[in-house]
Amino acid sequence: MSLEMLKQDRPGQLLLGALGLAALLVPVMNLVIPAESAFHMPTYMVTLFGKYLCFALLALAVDLVWGYCGILSLGHGAFFTLGGYAMGMYLMRQIGERGVYGNPELPDFMVFLNWQELPWYWLGFDMFTFAMLMVLVVPGLLAFVFGWFAFRSRVTGVYLSIITQAMTYALMLAFFRNEMGFGGNNGLTDFKDILGFSLQSDATRIGLFLASAVALALGYVVCRMIVQSRVGRVTVAIRDAEDRARFIGYKVEDYKLWLFVVSAVIAGIAGALYVPQVGIINPGEFSPLNSIELVIWVAIGGRGTLYGAVVGALLVNYAKTYFTGALPELWLFALGALFIIVTLYLPRGLVGLVRRREDAV
Amino acid sequence: MSSLQRAREAFRRDQVWRFLMPPISSAVLDTRHGPILYLEDVSVSFDGFKALNKLTLYIDDGELRCIIGANGAGKTTMMDVITGKTRPDEGEVFFGQLINLLEWSEPEIAQAGIGRKFQKPTVFEHHTVYTNLELSMKTDKSVWSTLFTRLSGEQRDHIDEVLETIGLSGQRNQRAGLLSHGQKQWLEIGMLLMQEPRLLLVDEPVAGMTAQEAERTAELLTSLAGKHSVVVVEHDMEFVRSIARKVTVLHEGSVLAEGDMETVQNDPRVVEVYLGE
Repeated sequence: MSLEMLKQDRPGQLLLGALGLAALLVPVMNLVIPAESAFHMPTYMVTLFGKYLCFALLALAVDLVWGYCGILSLGHGAFFTLGGYAMGMYLMRQIGERGVYGNPELPDFMVFLNWQELPWYWLGFDMFTFAMLMVLVVPGLLAFVFGWFAFRSRVTGVYLSIITQAMTYALMLAFFRNEMGFGGNNGLTDFKDILGFSLQSDATRIGLFLASAVALALGYVVCRMIVQSRVGRVTVAIRDAEDRARFIGYKVEDYKLWLFVVSAVIAGIAGALYVPQVGIINPGEFSPLNSIELVIWVAIGGRGTLYGAVVGALLVNYAKTYFTGALPELWLFALGALFIIVTLYLPRGLVGLVRRREDAV
Repeated sequence: MSSLQRAREAFRRDQVWRFLMPPISSAVLDTRHGPILYLEDVSVSFDGFKALNKLTLYIDDGELRCIIGANGAGKTTMMDVITGKTRPDEGEVFFGQLINLLEWSEPEIAQAGIGRKFQKPTVFEHHTVYTNLELSMKTDKSVWSTLFTRLSGEQRDHIDEVLETIGLSGQRNQRAGLLSHGQKQWLEIGMLLMQEPRLLLVDEPVAGMTAQEAERTAELLTSLAGKHSVVVVEHDMEFVRSIARKVTVLHEGSVLAEGDMETVQNDPRVVEVYLGE
């Protein structure tokens, strides 16, 4: 089914091809080509690109609900961060005795707070499989509970956007508190290794990069399958004429909820891949600003296309890296200007420049 | 009532607890007594304004009924009540003898066999005409079964048939948003037909149509009656005259007169409040 549908999806083929190529070239350029060669890719750059891929996966999740169901979530950063925290808790437990205080059981910040034993919600996070399960379950569950209440009460449009924003803001305030047991202000950091591989080694970095590329490719295929299926057509129908969809017999709330949960799980996976690469997760990631910024990536790339979200995330983040290095004080102005230009002149985003409207819905 | 009495009441031996009773809502549509839709003493008020005032109305199975009335007479509110969008303050609404519509949500009512056309043509503008019909098809509409479903040959034939009926075969792959106003109206009627409803509620089907288009719509609606029950709300008296066999006049939220066009037109009260103006 997936192969058949990708045959008609030219930009998707390009995207997957480019990811495949990157997955081949980057390891060679980093590990095989010697450091003095002009073609060598330094490890920091591998990590940087890996980070971009995680952002692209997150943008994909946003486009799935925004572009295809009209749910403008300004809180998707929350799902990303929760996925990241689940991964971070696993990485914390892997530190073991190598922490500053040398406590085999408790992470450093708990020793610092004089805690005697591990809180119950940290149990099990020393197991990789359990932690990975939580990467999926925690964001999914939050999305389910939140969506269940919001969609059932028929909260839509701006109001929904505002309460998603409130959700991520509330989580940020909660995670800032030391008593929550997630490292408070500083978050979780100082990670040593993942599955026994040192996080400092080049090979692990390459491994994480490849994992991100594979996740993005799979995420793209899954999202494409969803939007090509009849469910995708129903959600677009809901986006355009919610009442009509309801009166021909679709339980609009169920569809929104389902799509919202799928999207949150994808965002959680992106967060889990992000954390080992940047080496830290803290409550700042819950900041509403992050969530707004990622909506801007999608808008700039072109919503309702999936590949547009990926392109937008990659381009904007590359530009951000460049600007914050070269002209740090200009970055926010540049981002704002870009957003205004896209909104005014390119309603279909950057990909709309290349592709005419036939395949976007 | 004392607690002892209440306990006795709860354990009465001649009654079964409510939650143990088989749900009545699973009952099939029963129209053996004639009417397919019963509205009895239905009242709805918005901020003190009585949109419906003890409205009582019966629609027979297979009937084509026209409902007329001035603005604010409660026509659209009545449709909202039937399709589950608005809950009445009091009164009963039954679909057939057994299905209590007040207990059901909009999608459930739609799946039970009540289709509704809005006043303003509402179709899925970004989808093709064909997809619009496909999505409206009567089938299992839960998320998981929709995810993996595909069109069967039989279903394709059904869509082709409806395309033929509404005269849009040539536009099947066109985006619905690009259709003319009249074509959108027909597409919406086509979407209702795909649901295979027993009862069609049609709100102002010829608003904004040319005389020719209105004529075709009239033919379409009269051909539907018999197989389906059709309730048409319309302002256009010419149109009503051309299709109506039985007309109900609403005024201030309740029925003012009912009968064939002739009788209704000559009813002095009707002339006073509506036709005479």
